[in-house]
Amino acid sequence: MTAALRFDPIRLPSECEQLRKEVRAFLAEEIAAGTFDPHKPNREDTDVPEFSRKVGARGWLGMTWPKKYGGHERSFLERYVVTEEMRVANAPTRRFFVADRQSGPVLLKYAPENIKMDILPRICRGEVCFAIGMSEPNSGSDLFAAKTRATKTDGGYLINGTKIWTSSAHIADYMIAIFRTSPPTKENRRHGLTQFLVKMKQPGIQVNPIGQITGQYEFNEVVFTDFFVPDDHVLGEIDGAWKQATSELAYERSGPERFLETYYVLTELVRAVGTNPDTRSAEGIGRLVAQVHTMRRMSVSVAGMLQAGKEPVVEASIVKDIGTVWEQQLPHRVRDLAAFVEETATNRETLEKQLDFAIKTAPKLTIQGGTTEVLRGIIARGLGLR
Amino acid sequence: MAESENIVAETAEKIFADLADAQTINRDNKGEWKAPLWQALTDAGLPLSWVDEDCGGSGASLAEGFSVLSAAGRFAIAVPLAETMLAGWLLAQAKITSPDGEMTVVPASPKDRMTVNADGSLSGKARSVPFAKAAKHFAVLASDAKGGVSIALVDATKGRIETGLNLGGDNSDTVTLDKVQPVTIKPAPKGFDQTRLMLMGGVARSLQIAGALESMLEISVRYSNERIAFEKKISKFQAVQHNLARLAGESAAALAAATSAADAIANATSFNDEVFLEAVAAKIRCAEAAEKGGAIAHQVHGAIGFTNEHILHRYSLRALAWRDDFGSESYWAVELGKLVCNRGADELWPLVASR
Repeated sequence: MTAALRFDPIRLPSECEQLRKEVRAFLAEEIAAGTFDPHKPNREDTDVPEFSRKVGARGWLGMTWPKKYGGHERSFLERYVVTEEMRVANAPTRRFFVADRQSGPVLLKYAPENIKMDILPRICRGEVCFAIGMSEPNSGSDLFAAKTRATKTDGGYLINGTKIWTSSAHIADYMIAIFRTSPPTKENRRHGLTQFLVKMKQPGIQVNPIGQITGQYEFNEVVFTDFFVPDDHVLGEIDGAWKQATSELAYERSGPERFLETYYVLTELVRAVGTNPDTRSAEGIGRLVAQVHTMRRMSVSVAGMLQAGKEPVVEASIVKDIGTVWEQQLPHRVRDLAAFVEETATNRETLEKQLDFAIKTAPKLTIQGGTTEVLRGIIARGLGLR
Repeated sequence: MAESENIVAETAEKIFADLADAQTINRDNKGEWKAPLWQALTDAGLPLSWVDEDCGGSGASLAEGFSVLSAAGRFAIAVPLAETMLAGWLLAQAKITSPDGEMTVVPASPKDRMTVNADGSLSGKARSVPFAKAAKHFAVLASDAKGGVSIALVDATKGRIETGLNLGGDNSDTVTLDKVQPVTIKPAPKGFDQTRLMLMGGVARSLQIAGALESMLEISVRYSNERIAFEKKISKFQAVQHNLARLAGESAAALAAATSAADAIANATSFNDEVFLEAVAAKIRCAEAAEKGGAIAHQVHGAIGFTNEHILHRYSLRALAWRDDFGSESYWAVELGKLVCNRGADELWPLVASR
């Protein structure tokens, strides 16, 4: 078959269930202590450093990494459980999530030993925040159009140019970024980009906030002016970052965060509808639950493939494509059904506030981490169409 | 569920490839392909996959039987294989030996009820019973006035059959039993009820729909690499690529939902809310995928796919027809929605994340 897709029905092993209980108990404690409000995804203060350190202390960061770097040598499936419980609870994961999901694995693979020993244990303790410097003005999804230059100088490189849409750059301690070390070649327009570890909060970097239509402040423009990066901060192959960057993107494609970002509106809808739904509400809720269940089964299946050491590029792209389209539509479908909710429903106000926020959030979901169009291009390649 | 690990599914796949080639069947107006196919399936013991050897079956596991159904879906098989497997499974629940030949299950919709009368005869009307006309026997689930549930083997000639056709052109008939004495009737095991039968049928249909979508994806990709328009292969147009990527997504979703539900049932120790979620979610999501995926497959094929002579309709129309059997997606969505609301908002995530 041209396009044999596999989604084996992976079940989470029993150790995951024990872990899930621990995570739920921890989150319940934090909610009770007022660390965060699970009913308010639109928090003003999404950066909660002490929460990160507590999560690190529990051993829930760097879960799959080697112990010598502070990791816990646990499975991808265990990490999956922690991620989904945090996401569903609307926990403030901003400070550690990117480092745990994406930057840490890149460092593990490409950083020199001294850097690994320095930074990875701190990520595991929840002490450091990472940003990802890929997009630039007029590049975005077209990664290979990046122009920000890294020019060789004594003992390192001088960086000049601008990154944009950089989430968390304003709180980040480090950024893993791609910069242009050579022009693209005629044969390979992907050639000439190199991945660097950038220490933030240094002279030569200016971080300018960009407000979002949700009212949140999350991403930034980052301007580099003769910013110095030492030689040992080069990650991997000079001019060969495109291979590394695309495999890095695979980490952010199929996880629970790719279909659960607006999930809270479904929970609040069920609460507002109450225990005796009319037929229309029951049907609408039933369909949405069937859909989220299916998404999750697909996502768990891909986590199982990652655990087995496979590279499910097409499957992961499919999960992200239909997952993000689903989480984008979800608030609108919940809004359809919310029209029939009783005026007296106890959580009506919460539901309405959540819907406003989720509907404002929705447009970005199919853009971040690879647009729908880019993903469908990857899937088409996997089908043998290009 | 992996085919390579499953000799029963491999056997089925080989028989389908040899005797149920879509192109050949599509050209055969007289239906002459049916007899040799059924004979080969019978010789391989596939129709009674789920019946123990001491009851005349081949004693395959639930999982093995489910992968036979996946394969049957990939070939959009239009003989009562799934129905006979389900009927044999139902009869086996009450330790009733399966007879030879085609069977189907009655009722095939959660809204229809069959009744056991005081004299042990059966009465009732069941709509949209797949392949009733082709069946030699019915496996009937019926309840008596006291709420007791029985399973019966019924000689098909004793029932009244009004012929109907589903969207795919296969028999989907109305079966009326009017005080019909069954060949055998026995009480169903404790806890077994009509919902259980409908969900088993629904998972069978989900696997068939997922299989049909896999084939629609395959033939659509192939066609897009052959068809030239505007001086290039249509597979080189980004709009076509994106449509095929979406078809792959729907196919993948159906496959994931159906195989997960089959796995859940094959390994279930009790029929709890989690297994219910798996089974109905598969039926709902596969039905949605049949609609979206089938539309894309036709779009990619253009007008040729809309003709009788092309094989696409063998998959697309059956996938659409299978949505209606054993409870439509709308029916099950209402049931699932009620269950979710009844458990309460804070129990939704634990249910979804239970496996």
